[in-house]
Amino acid sequence: MNRRGALLRDGRAALLFLAPSALGFGLFYLVPFGMGVWYSFTDRTGSGSFAGLENYREVLASASFRQAAANSLLFTGIGVPLLIALSLLLALLLNRSLYLRQTLRTVYALPLVVPVASVALVWQIFFDWNGTLNAWRHALHLGRIDWLQSDGSLWVLLLMYLWKNIGYDVILFLAALQAIPASYYETARIEGAGKVRQLLHVTLVYVTPAMVFVVLISVVNSFKVFREAYLLEGDYPYGRIYMLQHYMNNLFLSLDVQKLSAAAVLMVGSIVLLASFLLRAERKFRDNLE
Amino acid sequence: MKRAREPLTKLIYTLLAVLPAAALALPIVLTLTNSLMTEREIGSNYDWLGKMGDVAKGQQDAFVNLKLLPDWLSFGQYAQLLLRAPVYLHQFWNSVGLSAPIVAGQTAVAALAAYAFAKLKFKGRDKLFLVYLMAMLMPFQVTLVPNYLIAGKLGLLNSWAAIIGPGIFGAFGVFMLRQFMAHIPAAYAEAARMDGAGHGVIFRRIVLPLAKPGLAALIVLLFADQWNMVEQPLIFLEDAFKQPLSVELSRINEQARGVGFAASVLYMIPMALLFLYAEAYLVQGIEQSGIKG
Repeated sequence: MNRRGALLRDGRAALLFLAPSALGFGLFYLVPFGMGVWYSFTDRTGSGSFAGLENYREVLASASFRQAAANSLLFTGIGVPLLIALSLLLALLLNRSLYLRQTLRTVYALPLVVPVASVALVWQIFFDWNGTLNAWRHALHLGRIDWLQSDGSLWVLLLMYLWKNIGYDVILFLAALQAIPASYYETARIEGAGKVRQLLHVTLVYVTPAMVFVVLISVVNSFKVFREAYLLEGDYPYGRIYMLQHYMNNLFLSLDVQKLSAAAVLMVGSIVLLASFLLRAERKFRDNLE
Repeated sequence: MKRAREPLTKLIYTLLAVLPAAALALPIVLTLTNSLMTEREIGSNYDWLGKMGDVAKGQQDAFVNLKLLPDWLSFGQYAQLLLRAPVYLHQFWNSVGLSAPIVAGQTAVAALAAYAFAKLKFKGRDKLFLVYLMAMLMPFQVTLVPNYLIAGKLGLLNSWAAIIGPGIFGAFGVFMLRQFMAHIPAAYAEAARMDGAGHGVIFRRIVLPLAKPGLAALIVLLFADQWNMVEQPLIFLEDAFKQPLSVELSRINEQARGVGFAASVLYMIPMALLFLYAEAYLVQGIEQSGIKG
């Protein structure tokens, strides 16, 4: 069989294998997204007339959108690097010879499967005005902090994010670390590299390709903290943790379809830009490595 | 001399790793132990939640009293939960009814699509996969309105189908299984093809069995995610009796606090069992999904 024939045969098989997924994916994701793009350019009155960039202008000018976007950016901007640094540290630790290594990894991964709602009560008890954290501060003669009604709420949410997601990233990093051949370290040692240089020039370099996937997954998961924020504080939490998802949910509840669609398109645009940048960076890095 | 020092360094590093593990386990352990307290003890420990102390009565130093171990071991909360609070049990089964079809459906649909992406060559393959990848990154709110309108047109509002439909076709499963299947050596499929096997046979007899860890990992991760669902039920379901337990648990107020921990534990149990059963697969599945195929 020639090459072209093989390709064609694959094409027909591919169509069959892809059909169920592609149909549903189209119906529930692509068509809705297309509709959203359409709404974002239409008039608010519902007449369906073309409104140009009016909705975008309104969204971008709205104070609550700006605040929500800034909050989401701040959260992801702090949360993802923090998560990656901490989980890399833990992965490096777990990569040594330790007692109880398997058990420790299990415990790190456990929060991944524990429902957010199941530990909501404990978080409440910790962060309430009369809660445990303030009791500790009181014991140290420090004043109370209203954790959920101040800028402290950002840290509370970050803590929950780290708690939930650190196990996932540790597993990913551990796999990357264990894939580095021991001979690389030997070569480095022979060339006189100390522990620090080995870490910088062998470990970190060869972990970097895994980093892109870790960053992507961590960003996706950083959007999911909306659940935690919602479970603790409802539709309108303290301003610092009023995320883009709160903003969009509330636009939905007030039936502002056009503005919501414009906000959604803006969000998709930024995520696509970020992801393309990461994927391109990864390819470049890989090419340089080889 | 060096040999004598080694167990010691190992011990020190172990202790360093135990600390974060203890911190991570703490909320789970506290939920478990608190579920074994009597309702009365819960009441007296956590009475101050969400209240302001009356300074005039000398209550400015009032705090909750978080305790690791109960004074009296009691299964009273669980008895309460089973006998007097059937709403939790009902919503527990709602969670099952919402999650199970999504997990089963997405796993099946995604396995088929992943086979095409990982093992077949066709035009536009990489571009299409990139679309799936991008869709995986999007938060639920992005397609919220059109999804709502489509569900309305199909008469699915206020029914589970409005949530299950989009859930089945989520992009995560396709992404994860494609990464996993890409690692299955092409030689296996080649050999089968030499023997005249078609793609249907290769998929069922070779790729699917070899992808078992990936499938198991996907099932655990999907279940964990769906079991947690909050946004979709809030938007699509009006009736309280159709809501999953994840939404209800957050609304446990002062009156219900006595059974709150037991309900929380009840909600953890299916996930905990699944996790312990499939942990090795979960780890292997996550690892493979991160390594570029």
